[in-house]
Amino acid sequence: MRPSLMIAGALATGLAASALMPVKPAFAGDRLTIVTWGGAAQAAYRKAIFDPFTKTTGIKIIDDEWNGEIAKVRAMVEAKTVSWDVITTPTSSAVRMCNDGLIETIDWKKVGLDRDQFGDAGKFDCGLPQAYNGTVVAYDKNRLPNGPKTIADLFDTKVFPGKRGLWKNVSTKLEWALIADGVPRKEVYKVLRTPEGVDRAFRKLDTIKQHVIWWTSGAQPMQLLADRQVVMTEAWNTRVTDAVKQSGQPFEMMWDAAVGGWQYWVIPKGTPRLDDAYKYLGFAGTPQTEAALTRYLPLGPGNRDAMALVDPAVLPDLANSPEHYAVAMQPDPQFWLERGDELTQRFNAWLAK
Amino acid sequence: MAIMAVQSASNLDGMLLRIKLQRVERRRKLRAFTLVLPLLLLNLIAFVSPIGRMMFNAIHDDTLLTLMPRTTAALSAWDGKDLPSESAYAALAEDLKQAWAQKTSGVIGTRINYELPGASGEVASSARQASTLSAAPYKAALIEISPLWGQRGVWSLLKRGHSAYTAYYLLRSVDYQYGPDSRIVASPPEYAVFRDVFLRTLGISVGVTAATLLLGFPVAYLLARLPLMTSNMLMIMVVLPFWTSGLVRTTAWVILLQEHGLINDMLMALHIISQPAALIYNRIGTVITMTYIQLPFTLLPIYSVMKTISPSYIRAARSLGAGPFYAFWKVYFPQSLPGIAAGCLLTFIVCLGYYLTPALVGGPRDQMVASFVAYYTNEELNWGMASALGAILLAATLLLYYVYNKLVGVDQLKLG
Repeated sequence: MRPSLMIAGALATGLAASALMPVKPAFAGDRLTIVTWGGAAQAAYRKAIFDPFTKTTGIKIIDDEWNGEIAKVRAMVEAKTVSWDVITTPTSSAVRMCNDGLIETIDWKKVGLDRDQFGDAGKFDCGLPQAYNGTVVAYDKNRLPNGPKTIADLFDTKVFPGKRGLWKNVSTKLEWALIADGVPRKEVYKVLRTPEGVDRAFRKLDTIKQHVIWWTSGAQPMQLLADRQVVMTEAWNTRVTDAVKQSGQPFEMMWDAAVGGWQYWVIPKGTPRLDDAYKYLGFAGTPQTEAALTRYLPLGPGNRDAMALVDPAVLPDLANSPEHYAVAMQPDPQFWLERGDELTQRFNAWLAK
Repeated sequence: MAIMAVQSASNLDGMLLRIKLQRVERRRKLRAFTLVLPLLLLNLIAFVSPIGRMMFNAIHDDTLLTLMPRTTAALSAWDGKDLPSESAYAALAEDLKQAWAQKTSGVIGTRINYELPGASGEVASSARQASTLSAAPYKAALIEISPLWGQRGVWSLLKRGHSAYTAYYLLRSVDYQYGPDSRIVASPPEYAVFRDVFLRTLGISVGVTAATLLLGFPVAYLLARLPLMTSNMLMIMVVLPFWTSGLVRTTAWVILLQEHGLINDMLMALHIISQPAALIYNRIGTVITMTYIQLPFTLLPIYSVMKTISPSYIRAARSLGAGPFYAFWKVYFPQSLPGIAAGCLLTFIVCLGYYLTPALVGGPRDQMVASFVAYYTNEELNWGMASALGAILLAATLLLYYVYNKLVGVDQLKLG
């Protein structure tokens, strides 16, 4: 065998072997990897939380982003190569990951904050309530000067002809369909717990099915509105405020039946930097830090004491400001925990038909 | 005597020569093998083993066997007619207690939920409450906690869980499932979508393949007959899109096709249409964009085969009295068939796996099998379903390839 061939062979086996070997995360002391949703939020977190945290504790923060793929967390935890230390996640995934044992049960003593400050949201075992955002209906006020007033208008294609953007996700769709169909919002989940109620919601959705453009990531609805592809769209309030403030878009939000949702900081099980992760939670959950975040992003604080520190000019943009909270629809995490899988299956089958 | 000696000497020489030849041959083979070895290894590691693993995942599921060992064992003697006996319920209570302690109730619930929608919440709350049960009888107590345990369906599911192998995922992928008595029944209509999705995948792939052939064949014909300078220029234009990523090209089509996009605005400015036409987020947009992306894949094999067809054949046909079309159809076209067969096969098989384009320019009713595979892998975390859908698509592709081979003959394929 010629030497060159041997080298080639050795190289190939080396490549193959390195492909098989799990990559060990480089271990570095005093470093945390915090995972957020990217985009404008990432920059806001850096200014409001990460940099001040590094200044106080000396712990450096590396940011990473995800789109809520639980599969990634599961793969890390099961392979015991956890490289994410703290993740921000909405209630639904937080509850699921908690049930599946993928994230730590929060030890409030280690956090060093009073759990009661976080109200009902703080009763969840596996996370620290970080921020509250709203799923609203957004529209272009130049095109619809008399924009939608109630959620029923989203379903009214006679008064508001044209396409609607909706999030390709079963939650909020069923609730909105029932409210638009005349169910009082307090009884939405009672009706949804019956098979007839679910059928009724899907029947209502059938009426607008051919007028819907489905989106999957938070930046899309703003693009759809700007491109005049839709007349109104389901959207996240933070994205709408960002489009208005940063890009000067003439977008308005309708807060009727806006579905509120909590974001939690959670810690994946098996992180080698657990103590530092708790230190981070203790820092990020203080009223000062949570109020500071609202300066960059309209995310309602989870710590009740933070509300008093929020700049009054920002208050109208927050989903849990008193006036928005009054007309909002409070989702029932228990319902979605019990029925989410089943209804998601049905929703996806409904979509594909 | 002398003659014999000479003969045996030449025999000896012949044998030596043969051995030498064999040795050289062996060395050459070894060298050739060493050269292919890296590729072979790469194929084994990155291609064959993951696919094998996927096929295995489609039928292998030991969730219930490992997480509910007592219950699945206790049910092996159950006849499946009435509810099982107290001993099975006691085993279930033990398994649920363990699941609660080890936080595995979510995994069990998810697995049961696949076959009995809505069960995951019941399992979670049963596990929580079962941890407080201390003594027999368990049967009444568990049914009291959740009516789920009073249904035969869940028990036959648990009994099936005694085997680490299940046909559930494959059945579900073609819209069948197990009934409460473990008999195979059709899925309820509000969940039955996969047969539609497979047919749609085939339909879109056939449509796109036909469209690329219709558009690509004349261009290939032109390219093959133009002088080299001109055809090279045109060829660059055909290949140019390969320099840009598929994602970028698909997104470019979003800008062209959308309601107030370039195409609609132009047609409206020319007063050809008065309302914007629906060109995107539907089947039209999907087929247009996929055709655009696949065009070079069909065109290039046809072109390279056409290049090898000597123009003298046509000239001969014409000089023998054939009209221009007759000469093309009877002499030229049959010779280009191997290229058409190769180009169409290439495009068709690539189309079967399309994910990105339908996701960006299609509506929910244009999503193909690949998008469901991605959905089950990333969002639903139901890797069994993802594997089963993938395995069926692979099997269907191989079957179609086999039929194609019988009809066209793979040895007829030519890439140039």
